[in-house]
Amino acid sequence: MQESPYHIHIAPPARWNPVNLAELWNYRELLYSFTWRDVKIRYKQTALGFLWAVIQPLFMMLIFTVFFGRLAKIPSDGIPYPLFVLAALLPWTLFAEGITRSTSGMITNAHIMTKVYFPRMIMPLAGILSPLVDFVFSFLVLLVFMAYFGFVPTMNIIFLPLFILLALATSLGIGLWLSALNVKYRDFQYTIPFMIQLGLFASPVVYPASLVPETYRFLYGLNPMAGVIEGFRWALLGTEVPGAMILVSAAVVLVLLVSGAFYFRRMEQYYADVV
Amino acid sequence: MGSDNITISVRGLGKKYAIGGPREKYLTFRDAIVSSVKAPVRRLSSREPPQEFWALKDISFNVEQGEVVGIIGRNGAGKSTLLKILSRITTPTEGTVDLYGRVGSLLEVGTGFHPELTGRENIFLSGSILGMKRSEIDAKLDDIVKFSEIEKFLDTPAKRYSSGMYVRLAFAVAAHLDPEILLVDEVLAVGDAAFQKKCLGKMGEVAKEGRTVLFVSHNMTMISSLCRKGILLNEGNLQFEGPVEDAINTYLNSDQIGSGEIVFRDRLPGDENAVLRSVRIVGPDGKPTVNVEINQSFCIEMEYELHRDGLRVYPNLHVKDSYGQYVFVTADSEMDSTSMKKLKTGRYCSRCVIPGNFLNSGTYYIGFALGSVFPLAIHSFLPDLLFITIHDPIVGIPTRLEGYSGPVPGSVRPLLKWELVG
Repeated sequence: MQESPYHIHIAPPARWNPVNLAELWNYRELLYSFTWRDVKIRYKQTALGFLWAVIQPLFMMLIFTVFFGRLAKIPSDGIPYPLFVLAALLPWTLFAEGITRSTSGMITNAHIMTKVYFPRMIMPLAGILSPLVDFVFSFLVLLVFMAYFGFVPTMNIIFLPLFILLALATSLGIGLWLSALNVKYRDFQYTIPFMIQLGLFASPVVYPASLVPETYRFLYGLNPMAGVIEGFRWALLGTEVPGAMILVSAAVVLVLLVSGAFYFRRMEQYYADVV
Repeated sequence: MGSDNITISVRGLGKKYAIGGPREKYLTFRDAIVSSVKAPVRRLSSREPPQEFWALKDISFNVEQGEVVGIIGRNGAGKSTLLKILSRITTPTEGTVDLYGRVGSLLEVGTGFHPELTGRENIFLSGSILGMKRSEIDAKLDDIVKFSEIEKFLDTPAKRYSSGMYVRLAFAVAAHLDPEILLVDEVLAVGDAAFQKKCLGKMGEVAKEGRTVLFVSHNMTMISSLCRKGILLNEGNLQFEGPVEDAINTYLNSDQIGSGEIVFRDRLPGDENAVLRSVRIVGPDGKPTVNVEINQSFCIEMEYELHRDGLRVYPNLHVKDSYGQYVFVTADSEMDSTSMKKLKTGRYCSRCVIPGNFLNSGTYYIGFALGSVFPLAIHSFLPDLLFITIHDPIVGIPTRLEGYSGPVPGSVRPLLKWELVG
């Protein structure tokens, strides 16, 4: 038999397949193309373009500050409430947009995925990466607010990329699960807005994690976004070190990622026959 | 496996689809919960098993490097399923495939095109979806743009393109794919005739470059001009594998390509005034047929029913060649006048005689239209409904030079009167 650098063997699918990382790496340009496309189309189709990336978190910050900060007087670890909320809304939006886009991407791109082969995981990956561009814009706004309130980032800011990575990993882990489930059970996409809403209040966005009693704090870390958000505040605003909570969150994300990847790989075998 | 030149090796390939049953297409989460609750009960009550359907069964063949193989068979024979498995869009139920080389598949023209993006942006997007590297697209950009003939509109959003421009650009990207194995579905069925010929030329080049090509088409002319080898599928089975002419002949002579007649049943095409009942191509023996010899005449008939008195019907036929280009439209000229007879309610049959030594050899698509005039109305128009293959037996044909067996170009090959006048 001929030796070729490109040998493809096609056989009936095994039940469980590991992720082929080498193959994903080979398709990195395609991942870039899809991410770039999503960003480009998003900004082309809307009149305000990238301003949306800024307006959304700004308005949420405003509403939360008025109702939760001023009226309900929720504590904010000594940080000015607008800044306290904005620092949480950034990773939260990154996460929420990521799972929304990665899940819907499997359906809206069905016409491509039933005509060309590429590792299916490229789609949810592009879905979690494209909100990063919005994130960069809104991060600039956060910097402006920090300057306004006279906050100088501490040295902890060098850990910020780690928390961004953790937010993306959470988004991917859940996004893989949901996009695989959504292919088969189409009603999952309708539950996502609902779950995001629940998640927003189950995570320390409008209140500090310090409201949760110390003994339950690490349990709270089971919500991986709790660790991410507290990590963001620590790195940017110098609040209390989240410590154990982060470790619990990271462990949960790892479990979500690995199980999500396996489940996704299993479902993708039937993708073309089901969609 | 004897030859070490094998590029595609398919062994015992099968693909099963479940129609109905618990693993059916449409599912909501509730259905899944309900069905898992019911599962133990279902095992007790012996319900009918889910229906299974083998789109492909026990397919084995090898393709050597540089071979251009045509896959033929009627709709539903499994051609597309085979191509989808080879291009890894879907997985087989049984059997294996080994592909040795870079694979490019072209199951559709314009995969990944987005109307909001400009022509240039679409070239990069579609190119990378089809498997090209960015550097590769950069290098070929000028060729692609030139091939597509849309230079001036390169930075215009694709949504402002005409459909012709869209297809040209899409095909230009596809035509510059550079894989060692190319899997092509019927993608040339779009675009204008001149561009189709250009694409055919490009495909021919691809074949000459020693690349392996698997090509699915209904177009026998295209298959026989591009391919050396043919694979005939019939209801998911491999019916024939061998020289392309033999494959085409087996296909044309089997009864799987339709009988040359369509009798409409439940829903008759038409409106409240007139409907079509049946259409057929009648051969020299008076029976419906799908192929005749080039020097024989044949008839095209359409049977219709009028539901209103006083219609001046205008039945007409639309004949296209295998490139989709119109050869002619014909209608009953005696019916096209104000003095023409108004018909009463009832059934009628119109017949058109196509003379021998008129159409060229090849496949022609016949569309049927039923209209009426004064006032003008189109009751029914069914393009490309039947097809007929004209055979050239080569020997004893007056429109061909005795002893010459090569192709005679043209959509028609009429026998015309010639005189030596000086």
